[in-house]
Amino acid sequence: MERPLRLVTANPLDQLARTIEALLVVANAPLPVEELIAATEDDQERVEMALGLLAERYHEGRSGIVLESVAGGWAFRASRAAAEACGRLFERPVQRGLSQASLETLAIIAYLGPVTRPEIARIRGVAADSAVAGLTERGLITEAGREDGAHGGAVKYKTTPMFERVFGLESLSELPRLDDLPGDVDDLRERLHAVAEQRSA
Amino acid sequence: MIVRELDLDLDAFEGPFDLLLTLVLKEEVDLADVDVAGIVVRFLERLAEREELDLDACGEFLVLVAALLELKARGLFEDEPAELADLEPEEAAEELARRLAEYRRMKEAAGWLAERLSTERDRFFRIGPAPLAPQPERRLAPQDPEALANVVRLLAAEPPTVSLAHMELRFPPVAQFLERFRALLTRRSRFDFDSELDGLSRAEQAVAFLALLELRRANEISISQAAPFAPIRVSRVGEESAAVNERTQTWNARSA
Repeated sequence: MERPLRLVTANPLDQLARTIEALLVVANAPLPVEELIAATEDDQERVEMALGLLAERYHEGRSGIVLESVAGGWAFRASRAAAEACGRLFERPVQRGLSQASLETLAIIAYLGPVTRPEIARIRGVAADSAVAGLTERGLITEAGREDGAHGGAVKYKTTPMFERVFGLESLSELPRLDDLPGDVDDLRERLHAVAEQRSA
Repeated sequence: MIVRELDLDLDAFEGPFDLLLTLVLKEEVDLADVDVAGIVVRFLERLAEREELDLDACGEFLVLVAALLELKARGLFEDEPAELADLEPEEAAEELARRLAEYRRMKEAAGWLAERLSTERDRFFRIGPAPLAPQPERRLAPQDPEALANVVRLLAAEPPTVSLAHMELRFPPVAQFLERFRALLTRRSRFDFDSELDGLSRAEQAVAFLALLELRRANEISISQAAPFAPIRVSRVGEESAAVNERTQTWNARSA
């Protein structure tokens, strides 16, 4: 059955949304709002409105593609409902087999970065070389200059946008506050003091 | 078994473990001299004497020996700012607690990340190589053909000829000067080198100097100079000794 012709009034915002949609499909990393503004040559308010429009359309449960705000930008991902099928077709090599040592090293870099390997080793009590190399290879961390700015200092490491993306974080500030993580400091302190007293007695 | 009462018989120390620890902490015994392996062996011997495994004692022993080894290691590498070892026991405990707490928090954070990873397991997204940024087109500034011609003319100009004058230098043979100086010295016992050089070319002067060195090496002449850049005086060598030789020879001839 043929649809009756109808007059379409061009909705400029809808047009902008379509352009942004296209940009996000082409991109392979989250696009910050500023980049979308530059590419569309439009203003911030309208770009954000268009993103809102798209977020509504590409919503979990509504579409196979989901728009999300992650790693400081906007990106499409597969809906969780499609995850199983995706898993049959694709691997997630970045996340596969992250050891406890790697996760601890990653946590230290995420919280204290930019941080050097000796500093990581001091906190963990063992050399961090292989963990750092593995994380660099996965693209979760990257070099961030050297200590003292000169060539002699140790290399510092920080997490990458890929880290935020893999862990589904909008930014590093979404990590739980360190103070909120239990450290059992008091218990430890008491036990160590007891030992110290015994020894010095 | 009480670990602290473990009897030790080491080169550096003899007595209960407890006392050794005290002496080490008071720095009356140098840990570098203490054979920690000997302590371990002694403990294992005592452990073997007993029929059942004393886990409490093992645990306590492990902690003490580990602490001892850390102290010893720090003592052996003194470049490293001695941190814990330098502190009073209470301060050391505080520092240790701080470090352990820092590590525990990081361990918790790692746990949080691991959990996050498992809940985000079903997030699939595109990972690809970095997109190629559009290369800005490089436009040339408008050019004047005449200016370009001028530049090309500069490049096309004949390069200046390189002087080969130094390759035509003629060096007279050293022998020539050797003969000349020897002849001179048969007539005079000494001469002034600089005045002999008058009127010679630079190359000839150099060769003359080589000849001088050659004569000196052969010990035919002696050279003296009052001060740097002062005239060089050349004299026959062994005027006197030659004379002495002559006399000796005559004397020998006579006596013979």
